[in-house]
Amino acid sequence: MTGTEHYQKLHDIIKIYLPEDVSAEHISEESHLINELNINSANLVDIVLDVEDAFDIRLENEDMDQMETVKDALRIIDSKLSDK
Amino acid sequence: MNYKEIIQKLPYTKPFLFVDELLHIDENGAEGSYTFDANSDFYKGHFKDNPVTPGVILTECCAQIGVVALGIYLLNNEEVTMGENVQIGLSSSEMEFLVPVFPNEKVVVSSEKEYFRFHKLKCKIKMHNSEGKLVCKGTISGMLKSNKNG
Repeated sequence: MTGTEHYQKLHDIIKIYLPEDVSAEHISEESHLINELNINSANLVDIVLDVEDAFDIRLENEDMDQMETVKDALRIIDSKLSDK
Repeated sequence: MNYKEIIQKLPYTKPFLFVDELLHIDENGAEGSYTFDANSDFYKGHFKDNPVTPGVILTECCAQIGVVALGIYLLNNEEVTMGENVQIGLSSSEMEFLVPVFPNEKVVVSSEKEYFRFHKLKCKIKMHNSEGKLVCKGTISGMLKSNKNG
Protein backbone atom coordinates (compact mmCIF):
# COMPACT_ATOMS: atom_id res chain seq x y z
CA MET A 1 0.00 0.00 0.00
CA THR A 2 1.39 3.42 -0.92
CA GLY A 3 1.14 6.65 1.02
CA THR A 4 -1.65 7.89 -1.24
CA GLU A 5 -3.61 4.71 -0.61
CA HIS A 6 -3.17 5.19 3.14
CA TYR A 7 -4.44 8.73 2.85
CA GLN A 8 -7.43 7.66 0.79
CA LYS A 9 -8.32 4.92 3.25
CA LEU A 10 -8.02 7.29 6.21
CA HIS A 11 -9.97 9.98 4.37
CA ASP A 12 -12.83 7.52 3.80
CA ILE A 13 -12.92 6.64 7.49
CA ILE A 14 -12.81 10.26 8.72
CA LYS A 15 -15.56 11.23 6.28
CA ILE A 16 -18.05 8.96 8.10
CA TYR A 17 -17.61 10.80 11.38
CA LEU A 18 -17.66 14.41 10.20
CA PRO A 19 -20.37 16.56 11.75
CA GLU A 20 -23.12 17.63 9.37
CA ASP A 21 -21.73 21.12 8.86
CA VAL A 22 -18.31 19.93 7.71
CA SER A 23 -18.05 18.44 4.25
CA ALA A 24 -15.50 15.85 3.14
CA GLU A 25 -13.86 18.51 0.97
CA HIS A 26 -12.52 20.08 4.14
CA ILE A 27 -10.31 17.10 4.84
CA SER A 28 -6.66 17.61 3.97
CA GLU A 29 -3.41 16.31 5.40
CA GLU A 30 -3.07 19.48 7.42
CA SER A 31 -6.55 19.31 8.95
CA HIS A 32 -6.75 19.29 12.71
CA LEU A 33 -9.24 16.55 13.55
CA ILE A 34 -10.81 18.21 16.57
CA ASN A 35 -10.28 21.93 16.03
CA GLU A 36 -10.86 22.13 12.29
CA LEU A 37 -12.96 19.12 11.36
CA ASN A 38 -14.99 19.43 14.59
CA ILE A 39 -14.77 15.74 15.37
CA ASN A 40 -15.67 15.09 19.00
CA SER A 41 -13.70 12.85 21.30
CA ALA A 42 -16.22 10.00 21.12
CA ASN A 43 -16.08 9.96 17.33
CA LEU A 44 -12.31 10.20 17.42
CA VAL A 45 -12.37 6.87 19.24
CA ASP A 46 -14.54 5.43 16.46
CA ILE A 47 -12.06 6.69 13.88
CA VAL A 48 -9.17 5.09 15.75
CA LEU A 49 -11.02 1.77 16.02
CA ASP A 50 -11.87 1.83 12.31
CA VAL A 51 -8.25 2.67 11.50
CA GLU A 52 -7.14 -0.34 13.55
CA ASP A 53 -9.43 -2.61 11.55
CA ALA A 54 -8.63 -1.08 8.18
CA PHE A 55 -4.86 -1.23 8.61
CA ASP A 56 -4.75 -4.25 10.92
CA ILE A 57 -2.76 -2.39 13.58
CA ARG A 58 -3.24 -1.73 17.28
CA LEU A 59 -3.10 1.80 18.65
CA GLU A 60 -2.36 2.76 22.24
CA ASN A 61 -3.33 5.73 24.40
CA GLU A 62 -0.06 7.52 23.53
CA ASP A 63 -0.86 7.23 19.82
CA MET A 64 -4.30 8.66 20.42
CA ASP A 65 -2.79 11.59 22.32
CA GLN A 66 -0.45 12.38 19.44
CA MET A 67 -3.11 12.15 16.79
CA GLU A 68 -4.01 15.79 16.26
CA THR A 69 -3.97 16.22 12.50
CA VAL A 70 -4.60 13.92 9.55
CA LYS A 71 -0.86 13.99 8.93
CA ASP A 72 -0.19 12.85 12.52
CA ALA A 73 -2.57 9.97 11.98
CA LEU A 74 -0.80 8.95 8.76
CA ARG A 75 2.59 9.12 10.47
CA ILE A 76 1.35 6.89 13.31
CA ILE A 77 -0.22 4.43 10.88
CA ASP A 78 3.02 4.24 8.87
CA SER A 79 5.13 3.68 11.95
CA LYS A 80 2.80 0.92 13.21
CA LEU A 81 2.84 -0.76 9.81
CA SER A 82 6.63 -0.68 9.63
CA ASP A 83 6.84 -2.24 13.12
CA LYS A 84 4.83 -5.21 11.99
CA MET B 1 -15.47 -3.73 44.61
CA ASN B 2 -18.91 -5.05 45.56
CA TYR B 3 -22.22 -4.02 44.01
CA LYS B 4 -23.08 -1.70 46.86
CA GLU B 5 -19.81 0.20 46.48
CA ILE B 6 -20.43 0.58 42.76
CA ILE B 7 -23.88 2.06 43.42
CA GLN B 8 -22.34 4.44 45.93
CA LYS B 9 -19.83 5.57 43.31
CA LEU B 10 -22.57 6.41 40.83
CA PRO B 11 -22.55 10.18 40.40
CA TYR B 12 -26.35 10.49 40.67
CA THR B 13 -28.81 11.06 43.44
CA LYS B 14 -32.56 11.47 43.82
CA PRO B 15 -34.51 12.48 41.82
CA PHE B 16 -32.19 11.33 39.07
CA LEU B 17 -30.83 8.03 40.31
CA PHE B 18 -32.41 5.19 38.37
CA VAL B 19 -30.63 2.21 39.89
CA ASP B 20 -31.96 0.23 42.87
CA GLU B 21 -29.89 -2.88 42.72
CA LEU B 22 -27.09 -4.44 40.73
CA LEU B 23 -27.72 -8.10 40.07
CA HIS B 24 -24.57 -8.97 38.20
CA ILE B 25 -21.49 -7.30 36.83
CA ASP B 26 -18.42 -8.65 35.10
CA GLU B 27 -15.91 -7.67 32.40
CA ASN B 28 -18.52 -8.13 29.69
CA GLY B 29 -21.63 -6.50 31.03
CA ALA B 30 -23.92 -5.49 33.85
CA GLU B 31 -27.41 -6.29 35.04
CA GLY B 32 -29.49 -4.28 37.47
CA SER B 33 -33.00 -3.33 38.41
CA TYR B 34 -35.06 -0.25 39.15
CA THR B 35 -38.65 0.34 40.22
CA PHE B 36 -40.11 3.56 38.89
CA ASP B 37 -41.39 5.71 41.74
CA ALA B 38 -45.01 6.67 41.07
CA ASN B 39 -44.37 10.00 42.83
CA SER B 40 -41.73 11.08 40.30
CA ASP B 41 -42.38 14.55 39.01
CA PHE B 42 -42.30 13.61 35.34
CA TYR B 43 -45.46 11.50 35.69
CA LYS B 44 -47.42 14.68 36.41
CA GLY B 45 -46.78 15.91 32.89
CA HIS B 46 -46.07 12.77 30.83
CA PHE B 47 -48.81 12.42 29.91
CA LYS B 48 -51.67 14.61 31.22
CA ASP B 49 -53.78 12.34 33.43
CA ASN B 50 -52.09 9.32 31.91
CA PRO B 51 -48.70 8.64 33.54
CA VAL B 52 -46.24 6.72 31.35
CA THR B 53 -42.48 6.63 31.87
CA PRO B 54 -40.82 8.87 29.25
CA GLY B 55 -38.45 7.21 26.80
CA VAL B 56 -35.64 9.55 27.84
CA ILE B 57 -36.00 8.31 31.40
CA LEU B 58 -35.92 4.68 30.24
CA THR B 59 -32.79 5.52 28.26
CA GLU B 60 -31.27 7.18 31.33
CA CYS B 61 -32.05 4.13 33.44
CA CYS B 62 -30.41 1.92 30.79
CA ALA B 63 -27.37 4.17 30.71
CA GLN B 64 -26.93 4.36 34.49
CA ILE B 65 -27.09 0.60 34.97
CA GLY B 66 -25.69 -0.67 31.70
CA VAL B 67 -22.98 1.86 30.93
CA VAL B 68 -22.08 3.93 34.00
CA ALA B 69 -22.18 1.17 36.64
CA LEU B 70 -20.29 -1.13 34.27
CA GLY B 71 -17.84 1.67 33.50
CA ILE B 72 -17.10 2.24 37.17
CA TYR B 73 -16.44 -1.47 37.58
CA LEU B 74 -14.15 -1.55 34.54
CA LEU B 75 -12.25 1.60 35.55
CA ASN B 76 -11.75 0.15 39.00
CA ASN B 77 -10.28 -3.01 37.52
CA GLU B 78 -8.08 -1.12 35.12
CA GLU B 79 -6.47 1.34 37.46
CA VAL B 80 -4.57 0.68 40.63
CA THR B 81 -6.10 3.55 42.52
CA MET B 82 -9.29 5.25 41.64
CA GLY B 83 -10.09 8.80 42.55
CA GLU B 84 -13.44 9.69 43.97
CA ASN B 85 -14.61 11.43 40.85
CA VAL B 86 -15.57 9.80 37.64
CA GLN B 87 -16.09 12.11 34.71
CA ILE B 88 -18.93 10.92 32.57
CA GLY B 89 -20.57 12.02 29.39
CA LEU B 90 -23.19 10.33 27.28
CA SER B 91 -21.86 10.32 23.74
CA SER B 92 -24.60 8.57 21.81
CA SER B 93 -27.71 6.54 22.19
CA GLU B 94 -29.88 4.73 19.71
CA MET B 95 -32.93 3.15 21.26
CA GLU B 96 -36.06 1.36 20.20
CA PHE B 97 -39.06 1.34 22.52
CA LEU B 98 -41.47 -1.56 22.36
CA VAL B 99 -43.67 -1.65 25.45
CA PRO B 100 -44.74 1.18 27.80
CA VAL B 101 -43.59 1.30 31.42
CA PHE B 102 -46.09 2.55 34.00
CA PRO B 103 -45.55 3.99 37.50
CA ASN B 104 -44.38 1.45 40.10
CA GLU B 105 -43.18 -0.99 37.46
CA LYS B 106 -39.93 -2.80 38.09
CA VAL B 107 -37.54 -3.18 35.17
CA VAL B 108 -34.34 -5.13 34.68
CA VAL B 109 -31.60 -3.67 32.51
CA SER B 110 -28.84 -5.81 31.03
CA SER B 111 -25.89 -4.61 29.02
CA GLU B 112 -23.31 -6.28 26.87
CA LYS B 113 -20.00 -4.50 26.33
CA GLU B 114 -18.99 -3.93 22.72
CA TYR B 115 -15.78 -2.20 23.65
CA PHE B 116 -14.16 -0.03 26.27
CA ARG B 117 -11.21 1.72 24.73
CA PHE B 118 -9.71 5.19 24.90
CA HIS B 119 -12.23 6.06 27.63
CA LYS B 120 -15.22 5.24 25.46
CA LEU B 121 -17.58 2.51 26.60
CA LYS B 122 -20.06 1.25 24.04
CA CYS B 123 -22.74 -1.23 25.06
CA LYS B 124 -25.72 -3.06 23.70
CA ILE B 125 -28.57 -2.65 26.16
CA LYS B 126 -31.89 -4.31 26.84
CA MET B 127 -34.60 -3.50 29.36
CA HIS B 128 -37.23 -6.06 30.36
CA ASN B 129 -40.34 -5.58 32.52
CA SER B 130 -41.45 -7.87 35.35
CA GLU B 131 -43.34 -10.06 32.90
CA GLY B 132 -40.11 -10.64 31.06
CA LYS B 133 -41.21 -8.61 28.05
CA LEU B 134 -38.62 -6.57 26.19
CA VAL B 135 -39.36 -2.89 26.93
CA CYS B 136 -36.57 -1.26 24.97
CA LYS B 137 -33.25 -2.08 23.40
CA GLY B 138 -30.44 -0.24 21.75
CA THR B 139 -26.87 0.93 21.86
CA ILE B 140 -25.50 3.50 24.28
CA SER B 141 -21.99 4.91 24.45
CA GLY B 142 -20.39 7.13 27.00
CA MET B 143 -17.02 8.65 27.73
CA LEU B 144 -15.73 7.71 31.18
CA LYS B 145 -12.60 8.86 32.85
CA SER B 146 -11.54 8.61 36.44
CA ASN B 147 -9.77 11.61 37.88
CA LYS B 148 -6.67 10.19 39.43
CA ASN B 149 -5.60 11.82 42.67
CA GLY B 150 -9.17 12.74 43.46
